[in-house]
Amino acid sequence: MSQISARQNLYSKNRRSLFHGFDPVLSIVVGLLLFLGTLLVWAATRDWYARSGLDPQYYLKRHIFNILIGAVLAYGVTVIDYRLLRAYTPILWGAAVLGLLIVLIPGLGYEKNGARAWIALPGGFQIQPAELAKVGIIIGMAMILSERSHDSDKPSNKNVLQSLGVAALPVLLIVLQPDMGTILIIAASVVTMIAVSGASSKWVVGLLLLAVSGGFIAVQAGIVSEYQVKRLQTFVDPNADTQGSGYQLRQARITVGSGGLLGTGLFNGPQTSGRFVPEQQTDFIFTVAGEQLGFVGSGSILILYLILLMRAFSIARRTNDPFGRLVCTGVIAWFAFQMFENIGMTLGMMPMTGVPLPFISYGGSSMFATLIGFGLLQNVHARLRG
Amino acid sequence: MNSKSRLSLLVVQILIVSLVVALFGRLFFLQVASGAKYQDAALSIQSRDVITPAIRGIIVDGSGVALASNKVGLAITIDRIVVDELSDKGVALMQRLANLLQLEYADIYQNTRLCGELPAGQKAGCWQGSRYQPIPITKSADPNTAIQIVERADLFPGVTAMPVAIRSYPSFFDVNAAHLLGYVGPLTENDLLSTNEKQYYRSESIGKSGLEIQYDSYLRGVPGIRTVIVDRKESITRESQNKASIDGDHLVTSLDVRLQAATEKALKDAVLRGRANGYTSDSGAAVVMDVKTGRILAMASYPTYDPNSWEKGLTVQQAKDLFSEKKSVPALNRATQGLFAPASTFKVISVVAADKAGYNLNATYDCPSQVEVGTRTFRNFDSKNQGRMNINTAIAVSCDTIWYQIAFDEWLRDGGLKAKSNRNDYFFKAAEAFKLTDRVGIDLPAESASRIADREYKKSWYEQNKDFYCNYKERAKKDQQSAFLIQLAAENCVDGDKVRAGDAVNFSIGQGDTVMTPLKLTQTYAAIANGGTIWQALIGKAIVKTDGTVVESFTPKKLGTLDVKPSTIKFLQKGLREVVVRGTAAGVFSGFPVEISGKTGTGEVFGRNPDGSAKDDTSWFASYAPSNNPRYAVVMMIGQGGFGASTSGVGVRAIYSSLFGVSGNRLVPDAALFPEGQPPSQLPKISLVIKKKGEVE
Repeated sequence: MSQISARQNLYSKNRRSLFHGFDPVLSIVVGLLLFLGTLLVWAATRDWYARSGLDPQYYLKRHIFNILIGAVLAYGVTVIDYRLLRAYTPILWGAAVLGLLIVLIPGLGYEKNGARAWIALPGGFQIQPAELAKVGIIIGMAMILSERSHDSDKPSNKNVLQSLGVAALPVLLIVLQPDMGTILIIAASVVTMIAVSGASSKWVVGLLLLAVSGGFIAVQAGIVSEYQVKRLQTFVDPNADTQGSGYQLRQARITVGSGGLLGTGLFNGPQTSGRFVPEQQTDFIFTVAGEQLGFVGSGSILILYLILLMRAFSIARRTNDPFGRLVCTGVIAWFAFQMFENIGMTLGMMPMTGVPLPFISYGGSSMFATLIGFGLLQNVHARLRG
Repeated sequence: MNSKSRLSLLVVQILIVSLVVALFGRLFFLQVASGAKYQDAALSIQSRDVITPAIRGIIVDGSGVALASNKVGLAITIDRIVVDELSDKGVALMQRLANLLQLEYADIYQNTRLCGELPAGQKAGCWQGSRYQPIPITKSADPNTAIQIVERADLFPGVTAMPVAIRSYPSFFDVNAAHLLGYVGPLTENDLLSTNEKQYYRSESIGKSGLEIQYDSYLRGVPGIRTVIVDRKESITRESQNKASIDGDHLVTSLDVRLQAATEKALKDAVLRGRANGYTSDSGAAVVMDVKTGRILAMASYPTYDPNSWEKGLTVQQAKDLFSEKKSVPALNRATQGLFAPASTFKVISVVAADKAGYNLNATYDCPSQVEVGTRTFRNFDSKNQGRMNINTAIAVSCDTIWYQIAFDEWLRDGGLKAKSNRNDYFFKAAEAFKLTDRVGIDLPAESASRIADREYKKSWYEQNKDFYCNYKERAKKDQQSAFLIQLAAENCVDGDKVRAGDAVNFSIGQGDTVMTPLKLTQTYAAIANGGTIWQALIGKAIVKTDGTVVESFTPKKLGTLDVKPSTIKFLQKGLREVVVRGTAAGVFSGFPVEISGKTGTGEVFGRNPDGSAKDDTSWFASYAPSNNPRYAVVMMIGQGGFGASTSGVGVRAIYSSLFGVSGNRLVPDAALFPEGQPPSQLPKISLVIKKKGEVE
């Protein structure tokens, strides 16, 4: 009894607060990840830029700027009742699809690391529509899958098909870039959301089989670019390509391994400083953590992710609203698989894919998207009792 | 939430937790379990060692004249990594280089092949180092040519010109000393892998033979190491260590450059003289030793080669010639590695044997023209009957038949083919008393041990060869199937393990299977001269720093003494003097103003030359001087040189002439190489400015 009254007390107390109804643990964990990420981005770029006679804080400043924009977006997402979000979802989804189309238009979209994934904006900024597509797909699918006829507690097959359609168009466009890493993450989110929606198990099994055979056919038919196949080969045999991705993966592993238990100390990593690992402020940022912070530091990052995901699961469990739960589930799968893909690649457990590490890697679009994802989690949490 | 959703959520949660656990495990494996391995790997990625070779110490003679020094050369190098990437593997490039540098394309090609890349037998001139160091094709390029190469990098990819320190053998007084000095060369993979406590760096040069390898650890110094941390583009981000090189220390030898040059000239002249007299004269050696210390003052071997040829860039032909039988294997140092029957110079041992056996050395013996030993006839030299004489005279005129008789009688007394267990073996024991099979202990690599054809030798020889002789008809080549050789093989099969009468007789005059190195014979005659002390033969005197600090001194060890009564040694000394006064060497030394003692030797050699001619006799002259107070032992040997006196004796006289300052028959004390009558005992000052010790001193 006293517990309930205490909680009610707390809610009334925070009613006027700016962060009313937020999960403080989730916020603290994300805050810590952002803080560590900021240090690591700085550590990854400081010596490199200083040596080239450039501003050593160039990346640091831009990274903080990205976080601030992301924080505003996240806050914006939390203050709107997520149930209202449904109304905006078609717009968001449409914008993502439009962005993915623009990316493919020569002259507007541009290619980096073998994927046509970016739109250049004035001021040296770039935007990656695929990141926003993740948010659009998750909310769009959650919307459709949470629609219920009154006599059923699970989505109809028609709804499931509709929700797959929501995912299919952006995925198809991303295949054309091609950005296999993002497709894998979206696929993981799609399957997880359908499974948690309560839909028939046949859907889940069917989708998993489709994913496996689809991947196989894609490689065989050459839909997946030679560049992707090469990355996959070097994953199987890291010595196959000593200069290209095999080199990068080996360097990444050596860099992480050389950190040992305690690391070489922040800002003091010869491997990082020598830039033996490419993209170390973005896709390979975990190597900086591995080298400079050692097992203690990089292991702590893993624990932070684990806490974040467990809190998100707890929110998904506690909400009574299927839409909120599915949004949570989608965001969890997104964060978890993206994190696993990124760190797994760095540690040589996963093939090389260019996905950023959530909350840590440098990169505007990814930062905005992951912070919106965080905002969605807080939004659902804030309305647990609403 | 329905139960299905709940279950799915749980499954997803478990899946995600296990993914994080997997990452954790992998992270632990990489950082904690294999951390050390990856730290090493990271270090090898980040750090680069820049090696500055130390300046190699110089080698000087006893008065400080440089025998080996350093100079700056301009090297043209080829980077195999770059050249192998060219579409034609660098063929056109090497042809352009050959034209420009006036070298042969085939030599450039061969010089830039790693030895491991070439089939056995075709390795002459190959690169002993590794693929990862620039391979020099010349070290004495003309600066104008080098500029043409450097400026046309498009025409000469992977080719660089850079100043290098090169080892230089300045050849003052036309001295050669190639066999003594050796040469330096690049490290081989084996050197790098060897576990002899020395740490080598890839870009270093090390001694490869002669004194250069013997004293390499002193001469080499310690290379400087600058370790830098580089980034992915190989630009240096910082320096992690910078140790300056420590120059090598210098080797002072007991050689005298003028005496060495004179010895080499006398040796070469003796070879040419032998040839002029119709002998093959394909090789030779000469040694001058200080009998009171064992120090080597000069040592020469013929044929020789240019010690600078390695640094100049050895052509394939030059490399092949070094080991060519036709060219008499110039690489071989015959003074320390050549084994020849000592012939009559060995009779000093026979005198000791006869004395021990109870023969009166002052009594007279018959020296007939021939002696029947069993079924075989052994003739005196030139089949000359020289009448009755005492042992002293027998040495002087080099009578053989007296020794045949004594050796045969003693062999019979010891039981003949059925050797008694209480046999005396006076001759073998005399050889043992002279410690002839002990090495001279010279500070040069790969000294050969002399061999005495005693009973043990016969046994081991038989063990190795009985299969051949007992199956001679099957084993031997067709052209060796003459009736005489088949008969000989049958005898060898039956009693080849025993010392036969002929073996005993041959032994007494230094023929047969007994062989000695010219250096061992020099040491033996030095011991006779000094009253019985066997000194280690040594070239190195001391290791010194440029400022004169002595790092280490080398003193020849007393290896032993002749196990011979002092009175017998006196007797030998008298006999050896007689050889020069009225014996076989009297003509050669007629009128010579310094008293010389010595012994001629003319050794029969079995076998044939590559051109099919029978081999000529080995010419020996073993000596010491001055007779009354000996200081120097001088030995010369000319392979297939003919008579001992006329070929080698004349050569030895030439060496003594330089040593004592003799012009014709006149002694010019000022012209003596050691005016104090002995080699310098003080260490010289080291001057890195190469000085030529000339007439002014």
